[in-house]
Amino acid sequence: MGFGRIAFTVAITMIGLLFITFIIGRVMPIDPVLSIVGESASKSTYDEAYRQLGLDKPVIVQFLYFLWDVVRGDFGESLLTARPVLDDLIRVFPATLELATVGTIIGVTLGVPLGVIAAVKQGTWIDHIARVVALIGYSMPVFWIGLIGLLVFYGKLGWIGGPGRLDIFYVDIIPTVTGMILIDSLLAGDTDVFWNAVSHIILPAGLLAYYSLAYISRMTRSFMLEQLDQEYITTARVKGLSEHAVVWRHALGNVKVPLITVIALSYAGLLEGSVLTETIFSWPGIGLYITTALLSADMNAVLGGTVVVGLVFVCLNIFSDLLYKYFDPRSK
Amino acid sequence: MNTFKSLMLGVAAVAIVATAPATFAATPDNILVIANRIDDITTMDPAQSFEFAGGDLSRNVYSKLVNFDPADFSKGYQPDLAESWTVSEDGKTITFKMRAGVKFHSGNPVTAADAVYSLQRAVKLNKTPAFILTQFGFSAENADQTIKQIDDMTFSITTDAKYATSFVLNCLTATIGGIVDSKTVMSHEKDGDMGNDWLKTNTAGSGPYKLVNWKPNESYSLTSFADYYGGAPKIERVIVRHIQESATQRLLLEKGDIDIARNLNPQDVAGAGSKDGISILSDLRGRLMYISMNQKDPNLSKPKVVEALKYLIDYKGMQDSFLKGQYTIHQAFLPRTYLGEIDDKPYSLNIEKAKALLKEAGVEDGFDVKINVREAQERIEIAQSLQNTFAKANIKVTLEVGTGKATLGVYRAREHQIYVGAWGPDYPDPNTNAGTFAFNPDNSDEAKATGLLAWRNSWALPEMSKATKAAVQEGDREKRAAMYEAIQREHQKRSPFAIMFQKIEQTGIRSNVKGLNTGGAITGVSYWPITK
Repeated sequence: MGFGRIAFTVAITMIGLLFITFIIGRVMPIDPVLSIVGESASKSTYDEAYRQLGLDKPVIVQFLYFLWDVVRGDFGESLLTARPVLDDLIRVFPATLELATVGTIIGVTLGVPLGVIAAVKQGTWIDHIARVVALIGYSMPVFWIGLIGLLVFYGKLGWIGGPGRLDIFYVDIIPTVTGMILIDSLLAGDTDVFWNAVSHIILPAGLLAYYSLAYISRMTRSFMLEQLDQEYITTARVKGLSEHAVVWRHALGNVKVPLITVIALSYAGLLEGSVLTETIFSWPGIGLYITTALLSADMNAVLGGTVVVGLVFVCLNIFSDLLYKYFDPRSK
Repeated sequence: MNTFKSLMLGVAAVAIVATAPATFAATPDNILVIANRIDDITTMDPAQSFEFAGGDLSRNVYSKLVNFDPADFSKGYQPDLAESWTVSEDGKTITFKMRAGVKFHSGNPVTAADAVYSLQRAVKLNKTPAFILTQFGFSAENADQTIKQIDDMTFSITTDAKYATSFVLNCLTATIGGIVDSKTVMSHEKDGDMGNDWLKTNTAGSGPYKLVNWKPNESYSLTSFADYYGGAPKIERVIVRHIQESATQRLLLEKGDIDIARNLNPQDVAGAGSKDGISILSDLRGRLMYISMNQKDPNLSKPKVVEALKYLIDYKGMQDSFLKGQYTIHQAFLPRTYLGEIDDKPYSLNIEKAKALLKEAGVEDGFDVKINVREAQERIEIAQSLQNTFAKANIKVTLEVGTGKATLGVYRAREHQIYVGAWGPDYPDPNTNAGTFAFNPDNSDEAKATGLLAWRNSWALPEMSKATKAAVQEGDREKRAAMYEAIQREHQKRSPFAIMFQKIEQTGIRSNVKGLNTGGAITGVSYWPITK
């Protein structure tokens, strides 16, 4: 797949996404003019604003205007925060990005080996334990497990930081560069802030990791089982290769490609922002932002957030496609 | 979700008992950390802000002409930026003399020009809370004539009719009465918006605290203003964090990472309140719960039936069960802490008396009646309790549960029989409630006075309407209070309203925090008297 084709796919996907969000924004029973001019405005003020917003133009022209605004990064102003939506997104998205990335790293580091071991030891107690761990991960309500985690590790044991991204006394000490506190604190060379941020992120990220771990380990197990049944594995064993090499090099090597898709999708899922996790941990991320906006009919913020989430999905898909190319000898 | 949540919280509570005592970390003595839901703040402009959390912030950042003293609300409004005032013979013009030597956070002196600009600005911008001022006849067209500067430190306002001075001044204690720094605001004006856009996210006040930053849905922080005319507050920094969940707020409070938790639910209040080092502050809020009976209904229009129904409400049973910690019994239309409040509670559940009254009214065999209620949990529970107790006097109740909009639609069209309602005052003056519960100049269907609760219940009350109108014009504050007391006592006896409960709010605070006042029903929280 050449660069041109990728660019074309992205463009088409994004235009489709923008078109759907645009239509949703238009069919919502909310009058954008009214929210600007207020209810006591006269008819002429209303009409003037109506024209200024371009609402008198054909829908397709309006859509082109909308496209142009989005391209320039102009999503309008949020009703709730009274700030440009883009500024808000720049503020909330790094919080989610940081949380999801740490969560995914933990999830992959633990989930893949767990899945591999479960497949190799299929039917033994190890496999059963791995299944139970995964099942619990799937089915425990985050509301409950998050709260209990906070109670035990923060409330009672005092091992970790409480809700929020930092202790109150560390807030606003380091300059914002990326918006991700772990990285910003290292850039500023402030290890106190870094460790404080670690103590705050570890539990919510661990929770998210548990969810992605459950999914990743189950998928890894089934991919591995499929591979371990193949003849080339028997051949490798007959050849006298160590079991370690057979499992981790040959079998896992071939599982890598589908696994990348699974991981990328689970990562993208976390990047949408987990509303419940963000609520319990008072984590000011994009999930909380979009939900709050939705509940108060703040359409600019909802549309802006949707575009960002869509963009994330598209980018991750392309990224996993590129990784395919790198890992899959057939596509070379 | 709610049952599920309480179940989970129950489990969480067991976990607390089961594990070892918490390690405790306290916040520094010069910093106050508060957990509160602040996602309703959409603007900090006093001319536009009309939400609870915004009012809290505004009260500490903007001084007003007159204000309530947190040490004693019963004294009523006290001089703040206005040192004194005089009222003209005809009662229409109030002339204010500004306090000398007061500074804004910017360092600019506070003058009469700032007060005039702030009030004119609020009227001209005409945002949601503007009615609090425009009800006195101010408008964008006449503001330049009716709100006038006289000299550097004096100015006057002229209303369109004679109003009680206490009515006007009470309204000036509302958030919209905040005095802004006219020079600073004008320097940020954009397209003739009078700085409205800039003041959404910035402040220009002269209050005890100044804003450091506000991150929407996340936090705001304040720092004490060294030149505050009343003396710089002891607590140097106030940090308010948005914490949505009650259980999370409780955990932070128990752990000592915050000093004050503003949104604890009753279970968490009970749990946290039993811990050492935490105390619970209960404060009254303005919201009332009531039922009302449509006077178009042949049975409900009989005074004895109305009275009987007031004896068929299990006030205490509801207060002590599902409304525990959220509402307290209150039977008059002015919330407590308002000017003219009364604490009379003439009614309690008394089935024998109710039966006797129904007999006198000639309906001892009972009748069928429909109660309209919106689909909100506590209101449905109230309606169900009424259904039980009414049945004991042979009154058979059908509940009609609907969406808020549909139920309100029935009510405003005067098509209900009995309605379960809630009412919150709009501004800190008794007229905000008296003007709707006890005022209905034209009871005809054509009047369409849908904003008046008395009209919605088809209740004609010519005498009481006159009394309410007279109270609005009574210049003497004490006399005016006495008038409202009399109106409420009469209202309790005769009106088709059975006012049942007043909202209370419980706040969890660390025991070393002294001097917190969350503002009662009339105003917002005051941070400046707090010490640790």
